[in-house]
Amino acid sequence: MTTTQNRVENVSGVSRRDFLGTIFSAGALILSAPLLPSDAEAAGTVDSAAFHPSVYLGIEPDGTVIIVTHRSEMGTGIRTALPSVAADELDAMWSRVKIQQAIGDKKYGNQNTDGSCSIRDFYQAFREAGATARYMLEQAAAKQWGVDAADCRARNHEVVHAKSNRKMDYGQAAVLAAKEKATPPKERLRYKTPQEYRYIGKDVPITDLEDITTGRAVFGMDSHRPGMVFASIERSPVLGGQLKSLDDKDARGVKGVTDVVTIDAAKPPYGFQALGGVAVIADNTWAAMQGRKKLKVQWTPGEHAIFTSDTARKSMFETVHAPQKAVRNIGNVDAEFAKGGRTFEADYYVPMLSHVSMEPPVAVAEYRNGKVECWAPTQNPQAVQDTVAQAVGCKPEEVICNVPLLGGGFGRKSKPDYVAEAAILSKKLGKPVKVVWSREDDIHWDYYQANGAMYLKAALNEKGVPSAWLQRSAYPPIFFIFDPTVKQAGMIEMGLGWVDLPFALANHRAENGPAEAHVRYGWLRSVTNIANAFATCSFTDELAHQAKRDPIEYYLELLGPDRTINFKKEGTENFNYGRSEEDFPLDTARYRRVVQLVAERSGWGKHKSTKGHAWGFAAHRSFLTYVAAVVEIEVDDKGRVRIPRVDYAIDAGRVINPDRVKNQFEGAAVFGTSIAMMGEITAVDGRIQQSNFHNYPVARINEAPVMTNVHIAPSEALPAGAGEPGVPPIAPAICNAIFAATGKRVRELPVKKTKLV
Amino acid sequence: MINVKVNGSQRQFDGDPDMPLLWYLRDLLQLTGTKFGCGIGLCGSCTVHVGGTATRSCSTLMKDVAGKEVVTIEGLSANGDHALQKAWREFNVPQCGYCQAGQIMQAAALLKDHPKPGDHEIDEVMQGNLCRCGTYQRIRAAIKSAAGVKA
Repeated sequence: MTTTQNRVENVSGVSRRDFLGTIFSAGALILSAPLLPSDAEAAGTVDSAAFHPSVYLGIEPDGTVIIVTHRSEMGTGIRTALPSVAADELDAMWSRVKIQQAIGDKKYGNQNTDGSCSIRDFYQAFREAGATARYMLEQAAAKQWGVDAADCRARNHEVVHAKSNRKMDYGQAAVLAAKEKATPPKERLRYKTPQEYRYIGKDVPITDLEDITTGRAVFGMDSHRPGMVFASIERSPVLGGQLKSLDDKDARGVKGVTDVVTIDAAKPPYGFQALGGVAVIADNTWAAMQGRKKLKVQWTPGEHAIFTSDTARKSMFETVHAPQKAVRNIGNVDAEFAKGGRTFEADYYVPMLSHVSMEPPVAVAEYRNGKVECWAPTQNPQAVQDTVAQAVGCKPEEVICNVPLLGGGFGRKSKPDYVAEAAILSKKLGKPVKVVWSREDDIHWDYYQANGAMYLKAALNEKGVPSAWLQRSAYPPIFFIFDPTVKQAGMIEMGLGWVDLPFALANHRAENGPAEAHVRYGWLRSVTNIANAFATCSFTDELAHQAKRDPIEYYLELLGPDRTINFKKEGTENFNYGRSEEDFPLDTARYRRVVQLVAERSGWGKHKSTKGHAWGFAAHRSFLTYVAAVVEIEVDDKGRVRIPRVDYAIDAGRVINPDRVKNQFEGAAVFGTSIAMMGEITAVDGRIQQSNFHNYPVARINEAPVMTNVHIAPSEALPAGAGEPGVPPIAPAICNAIFAATGKRVRELPVKKTKLV
Repeated sequence: MINVKVNGSQRQFDGDPDMPLLWYLRDLLQLTGTKFGCGIGLCGSCTVHVGGTATRSCSTLMKDVAGKEVVTIEGLSANGDHALQKAWREFNVPQCGYCQAGQIMQAAALLKDHPKPGDHEIDEVMQGNLCRCGTYQRIRAAIKSAAGVKA
């Protein structure tokens, strides 16, 4: 396959590499910046979040700077933001930068575009790539001119020697620099000061803007291969069901249908495997879908036919009403409750949720000579390599995964089951195959965000402040898909807003109980933070109202004095998004700052909530970013909710592209509104009950917040995350506002299940 | 045989007259700017103009566009310089971008009917177009800007 030329070998130093032919021309300076000693990787001593890739940056003889971006673009702007960091340190002209999307290759480091970590994990790597290239260009020009490199400055795509007024374009300098044998040691690199930044901290427009607005942008759905056929796949309606009988006569009779092929059923653990099913193959998508409707298929019931979400809900509440495993324990909650003083308790529930990215799962695969080339809108191209290799019986490095634009991802497209389907079918048919999921497929065979039940109880002193705080949760574990014996949420779910409550509480216990999984659970934008923030932020607001206190003032009292919380010392296992407490401590001063900022900017103290018009507040740190939100709502006499305004204050550390960060939070307010108001997936006898946007609605323009203001707190802290942290506070802030407007406390999402007037 | 004009070019289609226009555009003409989102007219990703009217191509059959003129995002303007396309860029509207062709086509029809739309008209006409990334407030701002309406 010709594109194997794309495969990048692990090189260090500088070289002309014609195996990079499809990206770089022969004369280019190709810079590799291996930022992690390979022995450290081999020894497994490196924390995965701190894992740095080899980032390839090349400069063509004509001066074009090519930056290979290895993270998937699903709407966060990462395909622009990370290259802008390298271009800044290189001091390149943005108009002369060409961005090349990487194929899946572990040599780039972690490519799983997930967990809001692209900037957090790769900001430094891209700075280093740019600074290394700049250093080498200055050295090369100095050598050519016979002057001291210290007097040369690479600036705006030229190396300048001010003393002699000589200038050299980056292209020319790159040709000279390419003769060097090695990259400079890191200690020689000079990084820009923040005052020198030309792209970092500026609103660089996304690189695909023109293509998107003209219809030329190529998404996964738009991938095409000569001779390609189209597949629509019928799968068991219940997880674990097996094909019992098949009559495909009528399907084969549909014009355009060329074949009907079965895919073996997956066996647990389901992981990212193709589920299995019956694929109708046709010469266009629509014919494949029509043929599929004519299949007569019967399935065995499958072990998970016992799953009904209402029953599971009851069972999870039984669990959280009894003592469970402590995951954080300070003081003695039981002793405080035993004193028999005033207490307050409440139950909260969130349903299962589906991702419904606007582009349903889709993939093209071409199997040839024991190797596979894929075109897949995936958040995780290396998982595509592993999963496809497993599915067709080749090595991961024999799978080439091209990554077109993703029409949304939200966590769904980290799981490449749909790519495995295309690869299996291509192997069977001997031609390129495009598998297109319908919206119904997408909702029925999603990796759902887990439902969850939470119970909270506080003992209250005479001022209404908790002297003891107990919180219990149960949700089916994400890790079920990797190990069917797992019956309880793990350290990761606990770290997503459950054990890391920032309040200064003398007696505090967090617990978590078991819950069984019967569908493929996954992770949806902000994951368990959705349930955890809903419960803890709603409960805090309830306590404030119990105490007849202003919710923000009350929140700040619970937050306590400025401090960093040392979970290690406390004996609490805190995931902290895979990063150390030293680099990313939970700092309550940063929490306080965003709360005060949002209060100020939203005009919190100036408004008085009245019947039908009110403001609600919530704050929640997730993905190491501190977020506080104030939501204004109106509830009319028919109980209809309108959201005129949302204000966010955030501390995300250093922000690379403020406009994209704002856009992520504007979008998160809408995403959070969908969760709060209308999102609900249910199951009966193992079958998902929702199918399309009529029964799984998401917020439309007339239902979304009209105006979202994003106030970014200036911060010199390490970059944290932006894609997800805006989501968790929205549902509780909306429900807190609804309480202030109506006196109705919504403890179970979505709001649409509660009659507000 | 169905005759249909697509972006100014006369075309002939001899396939299944019940095939939705969407799949004709995408799979047969490779005009992939028009997107598949739900298949039943609930999301607006597939919006094109048929005879100047915003239409969901996923639920419009080929037999229903016989003799008509279809315009897709690729044909909205010669150089991508429709006032809405320019406004979309000015406001950096897209996130993932998948729904945006449909949004722009719907908004173009909106401006034909309401050259100076207010929030009410925008809500009414644009509510059929979903954006899961949640770019609605910028869509609203871009429409108003293109129409010369004060935000």
